[in-house]
Amino acid sequence: MFDDLNDLYQQVILDHSKCPRNFHKLDHATCTAQGHNPLCGDNVTLYLIMENNVIKDISFQGSGCAISKASASILTDSLKGKSAADVTALFDKVHAMVTTGKAGGDMGKLAVFAGVHKFPARVKCAILPWHAVVSAIDGNPEPVTTESQNG
Amino acid sequence: MNTESCTTELDHPALDVESIRREFPILDQTVNGHPLVYLDNAASSQKPRAVIDAICRYYEHDNANVHRGIHELSNRASTAYEAGRKRAAQFINAKHTSEIVFTRGTTEGINLVAQAWGTRHLRKGDKILLTEMEHHSNIVPWQLLAERVGAEIQYLPVNDDRGLLDLSRLDEWLTSDVKVFAFTHISNSLGTVNPAAEFCKRARSLGIITVVDAAQSAGHGPLDVQELDCDFLAFSGHKMCGPTGIGVLYGRQELLEATPPYQGGGDMIATVDYHKSTWNKVPHKFEAGTPHISGVVGLHAAMDYLDRIGRNRIARYDHELGAHAYEELARLKGIRLFGPHIGRAGLVSFLMTDVHAHDLVTVADQRGFALRGGHHCNQPLMKKLGVESTARASFYFYNTHQEIDRTIEVLKEIQNFFTR
Ligand SMILES: Cc1ncc(COP(=O)(O)O)c(C=O)c1O
Repeated sequence: MFDDLNDLYQQVILDHSKCPRNFHKLDHATCTAQGHNPLCGDNVTLYLIMENNVIKDISFQGSGCAISKASASILTDSLKGKSAADVTALFDKVHAMVTTGKAGGDMGKLAVFAGVHKFPARVKCAILPWHAVVSAIDGNPEPVTTESQNG
Repeated sequence: MNTESCTTELDHPALDVESIRREFPILDQTVNGHPLVYLDNAASSQKPRAVIDAICRYYEHDNANVHRGIHELSNRASTAYEAGRKRAAQFINAKHTSEIVFTRGTTEGINLVAQAWGTRHLRKGDKILLTEMEHHSNIVPWQLLAERVGAEIQYLPVNDDRGLLDLSRLDEWLTSDVKVFAFTHISNSLGTVNPAAEFCKRARSLGIITVVDAAQSAGHGPLDVQELDCDFLAFSGHKMCGPTGIGVLYGRQELLEATPPYQGGGDMIATVDYHKSTWNKVPHKFEAGTPHISGVVGLHAAMDYLDRIGRNRIARYDHELGAHAYEELARLKGIRLFGPHIGRAGLVSFLMTDVHAHDLVTVADQRGFALRGGHHCNQPLMKKLGVESTARASFYFYNTHQEIDRTIEVLKEIQNFFTR
């Protein structure tokens, strides 16, 4: 049943959306950022503790669809210990992967999002927390959105 | 006597849905490998062959600008355009054809009233009464007006668990300092059918101007502006088998006459001087520039088509589909339903426990079902209901009871898929 959808909703994605990791607020966050897609209602706030330009701790809160929630959860798992430059480089790879389906090198756990490219309407959900994390590191106070048009 | 030979709409209630479906070319296709089940009619309806052909015919034979040329094609275009106006007046039983203003749709109609009529007639401290279930297009234009003139907006509350307006408290809200009461006839996110005639009557007795958002009701049942006794009423062609980009604003003659122009340009003027112009008569003074002529032609065909099917029959069938879907959904576990339990329009709005509306809609799409997931342009209402979005199935007379049964089956599969 729904074999075609298993590409999008891989078990890992469902697991992370049901039991998101690092799903709490960080009281001593050095930077935070919000991603909000008003049309979908996807809403994610990322909390980071940066030390010497390296992510020492990262967490998130929010609500949204399975894709956006799992994406935020796996993102927090993947970024601990990464430098700001690593994050930007990884953002580009994730972006390329969810829009083309092609992973540039070993994407680790993030590879589960490759199937999103077959669902163009859902790319914005997968990429929302990534835009938010880049924005957090840039110190941009404005909430970001990956929707081009709001209803 | 052969009973078949004198069938009026009322004594022959059954719709021949199968033959109706054949008149909608778009329905005959597969989507993602499955037969299309189109259940997003509250967003936009599909178009019958008669409407598509009327638009083609217009472009193939009659196309020219209106009211300007002396030549034959311009005459034909002008005649077709004004015939559409006459048909629209008849469709909603307006007293005068000049009470019909063509717009881009409901949104533009409401903006016209708020900007042109509202700016002239509202003052600081005046109240605008809306309801908590309005579409953004019946909120934001009033906010812009309120800001411009210093008026205040109030909202008639929705009773959360049943999705009905709190009528017992109407007197508290409908007071003499309210200048305008704008409300939706049918809610696009709850399926509530509001007592529009009752609202208009109560407002009229206090001299309050009424604006009816008929986006979801026009084309889904009979609509009679004299019986409603409303002052303004707006609807969109595309939600009632007509093309996009065309709609109707009805306004009572004396109100339209007391309303300054909305936009300036050609066609809306009587005389233009470098420093001063005079306006054309109602309704032309509200129709600046070359209008959407083919849109009017298509809308005319849509109105003819709907009346051929019979609007009473459409209304009855719509309600039947809505009730069927609601009852079946209520039987499923883990479904939260929104809106009234009974007397609902042909749509259902719901949430599935632990499955976000967008995931549900994505999976349904893979099975050929076109559902809507989102806030349905009702963000404040969603907030009040404590949700971000809902999933919605909205019906029209070409939908079938089998399609609803299949929707229920697919929803069960979706539930299993996400809880695996
Ligand atoms: C109740 C209601 N009002 C207004 C509108 C706006 O209609 P349009 O976008 O055609 O102007 C809609 C359409 O979704 C609606 O459902």
